[in-house]
Amino acid sequence: MKFSGFKVVKEALTGHKGWRPLWRNPDPKPAYDIVIVGGGGHGLATAFYLAKTFGALNVAVLEKGWIGSGNAGRNTTIIRSNYLLPGNQPFYEFSMKLWETLEQDTNFNSMVSQRGIINLIHTDGQRDAYRRRGNAMRLSGADARLLSRDELKKMVPFLNCDNARFPIKGGLMQPRAGTARHDGVVWGYARGADMRGVDIIQNCEVTGFRIEDGRVLGVETSKGFIGAKKVGVSVAGSSGRVMSMAGMRLPIESHALQAFVSEGLKPTIPGVITFGAGHFYVSQSDKGGLVFGGDIDGYNSYAQRGNLPVVEDVLEGGMALMPMIGRARLLRSWGGLVDMSMDGSPIIDKTDIDGLYFNGAWCYGGFKATPAAGYTFAHLLATDRPHETVTAFRFDRFNRGYVIDEKGVGAQPNLH
Amino acid sequence: MLIPHPLLGLRDSQEFTYFGDASLMWRPDPEAPEAEAAFCEYVFLRDNPAGVHRELWFHEQGDRSWLVVTRDTTTHEILGAELASDVKGAAQ
Repeated sequence: MKFSGFKVVKEALTGHKGWRPLWRNPDPKPAYDIVIVGGGGHGLATAFYLAKTFGALNVAVLEKGWIGSGNAGRNTTIIRSNYLLPGNQPFYEFSMKLWETLEQDTNFNSMVSQRGIINLIHTDGQRDAYRRRGNAMRLSGADARLLSRDELKKMVPFLNCDNARFPIKGGLMQPRAGTARHDGVVWGYARGADMRGVDIIQNCEVTGFRIEDGRVLGVETSKGFIGAKKVGVSVAGSSGRVMSMAGMRLPIESHALQAFVSEGLKPTIPGVITFGAGHFYVSQSDKGGLVFGGDIDGYNSYAQRGNLPVVEDVLEGGMALMPMIGRARLLRSWGGLVDMSMDGSPIIDKTDIDGLYFNGAWCYGGFKATPAAGYTFAHLLATDRPHETVTAFRFDRFNRGYVIDEKGVGAQPNLH
Repeated sequence: MLIPHPLLGLRDSQEFTYFGDASLMWRPDPEAPEAEAAFCEYVFLRDNPAGVHRELWFHEQGDRSWLVVTRDTTTHEILGAELASDVKGAAQ
């Protein structure tokens, strides 16, 4: 079933009887060439690119719940490539380019909307830092614009530029950044992978790895043993729990990150705006709700929910930045699990166990990375070599001293 | 979350700063022959369990003592708190 304008009109005229499920629900086969653990955006994107770009035919994705029910369904849907360091920025720009062609690649409306992101500047020192970041972004092929206070006021007049404590002095804008519809991304990749023969097996929890002589032979699951030549683990948030079943300790702590949405409002926020004097960022969904978030709760958690102090902190940030937010009612808040790594950057690498591969440690930046993480993880699984944009995302960077510490806070995961 | 401080009673966790796994109290011996590898493990690797976790909290806006708090990471339930100095003293 291919989506097109013609198909929509035809179905509208014939009572919508021709729509079919977007993917099958097959029983697992006894063995596959490649098994992906985790049916989130990253796992499904990996399966999609394995089948589409690398020609892998015998692939399964195993998901404990339903696809997209973890962080893929809990994030704030921002896509951007405004990083600073050479190990990171080319990867995120690669991801941004894949976002730009995602809907054509998957033939699915993922509502990719390049409305721009503005990082606000509050001090002269911050302007210097953002100017440097903007230059680094442009060197990697991305776009960046330094906005003056007047330009900013024209674009987003509701900001409290004259806040006595945190006056706003300008912003760094990436016009190509924006948002995408999280479910649309998951469903697009799932459908595209399924059409190319990938088995997506839901309600199938991995309960252990079968490892003999340092080589992985498959996974034990709630639906029995499934053999595999290669196993790719893509379960960010639960990486610690899953990899401990393979006897591995990771440079990761699991933390809770909360997000919030207000009642639906008329269009008011043009793109994504981030507060530079606290941790608060906001965008407006296509339904009209203001979607916003802030810091992680800051202590190890697998609870998929946060606590009230961070709710207060995020809302204080919102009030300082744009007092009009106080007139909107908060509709929902929720929490997800994030892998906070020791340098705030991700890992896409082989493990010391033959045939076992790992993609995780995304901290709170996994959604924007979805297409490139999928592509590069598929590249690693198919060719056994890291893609050129992820050569820095290795396990051994920590003991070699090549950490990618964007924020410069060291091995203190709750500060990244 | 309320942390049962052994000296001060129940205190709001907002008064504390979180540091991480309680094993961070046990710094490896820098003179040992495998010190480099031991320090890599100490600085970067964590057990990160889903369930009972022993962790260090600093009572920054209180009596500035370090506590070892035992907490369930799947429910946020706090199961106990001891002074880190007592834990370290008992081990030595």
